[in-house]
Amino acid sequence: MISNWKDKNIEVALGNLLRWGVILSSIVVIAGGIIYLFHHGSTSPDYTTFHGLLLPFHSMSEVWNGVMELRGEAIIQLGVILLIATPIARVAFSVVGFIWEKDLLYIFLTLLVLGIILTSMFLGVKG
Amino acid sequence: MTLLTFTLVIFLGSMLAGFLGSLTGLGGGIVIIPMLSLMFGVDIRYAIGTSIVAVIATSSGAAAAYVKEGITNIRLGMFLEIATTIGAIVGAFLAVYAPTNIIAIVFGGILLFSAALSFQKKVHFIKNEPATGWAKALKLSSNYPDVNGNKIEYSVKNVGGGFFMMWIAGILSGLLGIGSGALKVLAMDNIMKIPFKVSTTTSNFMIGVTAAASAVVYFQRGYIDPGLCLPVTLGVLAGAFMGSRVLTKTQTKGLRIVFAFVITVLAIEMIYNGATHRI
Repeated sequence: MISNWKDKNIEVALGNLLRWGVILSSIVVIAGGIIYLFHHGSTSPDYTTFHGLLLPFHSMSEVWNGVMELRGEAIIQLGVILLIATPIARVAFSVVGFIWEKDLLYIFLTLLVLGIILTSMFLGVKG
Repeated sequence: MTLLTFTLVIFLGSMLAGFLGSLTGLGGGIVIIPMLSLMFGVDIRYAIGTSIVAVIATSSGAAAAYVKEGITNIRLGMFLEIATTIGAIVGAFLAVYAPTNIIAIVFGGILLFSAALSFQKKVHFIKNEPATGWAKALKLSSNYPDVNGNKIEYSVKNVGGGFFMMWIAGILSGLLGIGSGALKVLAMDNIMKIPFKVSTTTSNFMIGVTAAASAVVYFQRGYIDPGLCLPVTLGVLAGAFMGSRVLTKTQTKGLRIVFAFVITVLAIEMIYNGATHRI
């Protein structure tokens, strides 16, 4: 029978990666949230209409520029990007585990999953 | 309502959703969308985008705990992720073009299905026959430790059928902004005949990756709004954390019935609003 990774340390490291990804992104979201609520706390929110890309901070460059200007919304979005990246990073690091086991088939399958996600990143850009 | 009160109320609602979701095993996403859209009048596209982010948060948080127990079948999860991620991307693109009232109706249907599933008796399969065909080629047989630390060997059946069901689960996840955990577990239990303990944790392993594949599409289409993600993500995480603390100590049968009832009411309301074009 084939065990899950030969080296349990890789598995534990992956678990820690997930935990720290969640903790780090929560801290960033909280920081952005404080700034956001400080500036806009007394306005009244309206989410009944979908504005899509008419509102800012839906691309990496917009988010990054907003973070540089210490915009609360942009910092929250940075936290969200970190959160989305967390499971993707787990897949990427799983490749290391399969290289460790010299499991060519699963190195390929893991890269395939990564490739699919990366493809969706490029397809998602509104052309 | 000012933004400050709005944020606080949604934070508390999400915390309750995360708490109940983790106790009943149905996840938080399934209540977040009806809560935002029915109670706060949030456009369903914003509700979906926010929910998918909350799903990633809870599954990653839970996975960190599961990994230590060493019962996730990583090969099985990775192989099935090919199906779920392709499905998720298809679903996320369908969501961009499908009318919102149709999405509401499909969502209501899935809610009803999940409520019914939560009452299904868990059959604990342990098939330890020599692996054949795809299961052998993909090295899917594995083992997990029981309470006494003994290794229990198991094999995997019907890889093709399971793969197809995962594709469907991925489409629903991408279309509706949910984790589709119930459907993933169902596919692994009933079709692939793997032990329930393994299917639950392996499903959770896949949920985060599947949701991330949809989330990258949603993000770039403007579905993910910072003002909503702030209270929902933090609330669901806090709730799920509290849920995981009490999970081992409480009997969840009564809670399941209450939760299933709530979900049924929400489902009927979503379907009604979708059919009458209110969503």
